[in-house]
Amino acid sequence: MVTNILMIIFTPIIAFFIGVIFVGLKRKIIARIQRRYGPPVVQPLLDIIKLLAKKENISHGVMFDLGPVILLGAVIMTVQFLPTPNAPLLSNYGDLIALIYISVVGALGMALGAGEASNPNASIGVAKALSLMFSYELPFAIVVATIILRYQSTNINIIIHGQSYLHWGLFFLPITTIAGFISIYGAMGEHPFDVAVAPQEIATGPMVEYGGKHLGFLMIDHMMHTYIELALFVNLFMGGASNWFFFIAKMFGVYFVMTVIETVMPRFKMENAIKYFMRWPTILALIGLLTVYIGG
Amino acid sequence: MGRLDEREAMEILDQLRKRSLWMLHYCTACGAVELPPTMTSRYDMERFGIVPFVTSRQADILLVTGYINIKTLRRIVTVYEQMLDPKYVVGFGSCTINGGIYWDSYAVAKRLDLYLPVDLYIAGCMPRPEAVISAFRHLMRLIDEGKADGYRRYKDNYDWFKANQKKVLGE
Repeated sequence: MVTNILMIIFTPIIAFFIGVIFVGLKRKIIARIQRRYGPPVVQPLLDIIKLLAKKENISHGVMFDLGPVILLGAVIMTVQFLPTPNAPLLSNYGDLIALIYISVVGALGMALGAGEASNPNASIGVAKALSLMFSYELPFAIVVATIILRYQSTNINIIIHGQSYLHWGLFFLPITTIAGFISIYGAMGEHPFDVAVAPQEIATGPMVEYGGKHLGFLMIDHMMHTYIELALFVNLFMGGASNWFFFIAKMFGVYFVMTVIETVMPRFKMENAIKYFMRWPTILALIGLLTVYIGG
Repeated sequence: MGRLDEREAMEILDQLRKRSLWMLHYCTACGAVELPPTMTSRYDMERFGIVPFVTSRQADILLVTGYINIKTLRRIVTVYEQMLDPKYVVGFGSCTINGGIYWDSYAVAKRLDLYLPVDLYIAGCMPRPEAVISAFRHLMRLIDEGKADGYRRYKDNYDWFKANQKKVLGE
């Protein structure tokens, strides 16, 4: 009980540092694939410190300031509903469906904040981000329904327990796992699905007017968001983990695959990205659902 | 343990700040061709923490490449004033120093130094990627020593810079 309360306080900080190391390693891996030396692994931390140490800040209104804060609040809350190896945190009080609801709050806060900047690029970016969110949430909702049907529970701890002794979803629900991987990869917003922040087209989209401390907060949010998506995948399809070492190792394995995909991919156009999500992951998720429904 | 005063805090932060510089390359004229090799695999600028960015709000370095038209000068000043402190200006190529081969043109602003506080010049027409990397290393050294104070000079001599800009732009 005491451990759980302590972990509720410290898990967001641990999630942040895991995100920093992972994003730093990602930049290093991309550099090595492109035959470069690459920045140091702590580069994301240096960027965040530099942004938070900026001397000036420009605000466009109250909602503009609150946008990153709402996003940070939503991200910290989502971390609490993902069980860690040594503590369930709050995951016994909120199930998988609550988790999906909460994970949307941050995107809405971001949309409200970026909308107040009244920069056309920000508006386009927000519209693209929300449309893309609807399209990758569709296969993910079917995947979640499949998992709930398979393990007869919405509680993530029971789902993890059902996958113990290598009875991973990865091996027993392979088609659903592929669909889930693609949806979670879309939620990460990396190539080829980075239509919302496309720097060459709409100048980083929703973040176009954010600079200084605002952008520092957005980068902190990004680090914790990376942890959330990876922890969700590990918990749903790879049976969680019994200690932090295996938990981080599994998350890094998934992230490595994602990084390799990201490095070699160009960017989708908006309509192609939506069509892709509405077609392939959705068909795979439906086949997986049918398999579980018939086969049990 | 005493409280850090502002100067000491700035010195510590400058150590970290110099290792993460985001660059806005304002390619007004030429020079855009020299930057892709500097950023990509051949010369790899990212190993020093220098990354190209696309908006003025997020950038730390304003890289003004090539000659400056009177028309583009107005945009450069707008972009510079949108950036957040601390910010640094790097003049890239001979044209930003004295007009280069456009020394007698009526439509070119010859000296960037009159309109914006330049921290560092890269001479050459064009400077090679090695020269660009070397210049950024020098800028990092200047930031470390606290000598890259262009943004402070711009605030202290604001009237002088504005008068110079007004003389050319004619507003």
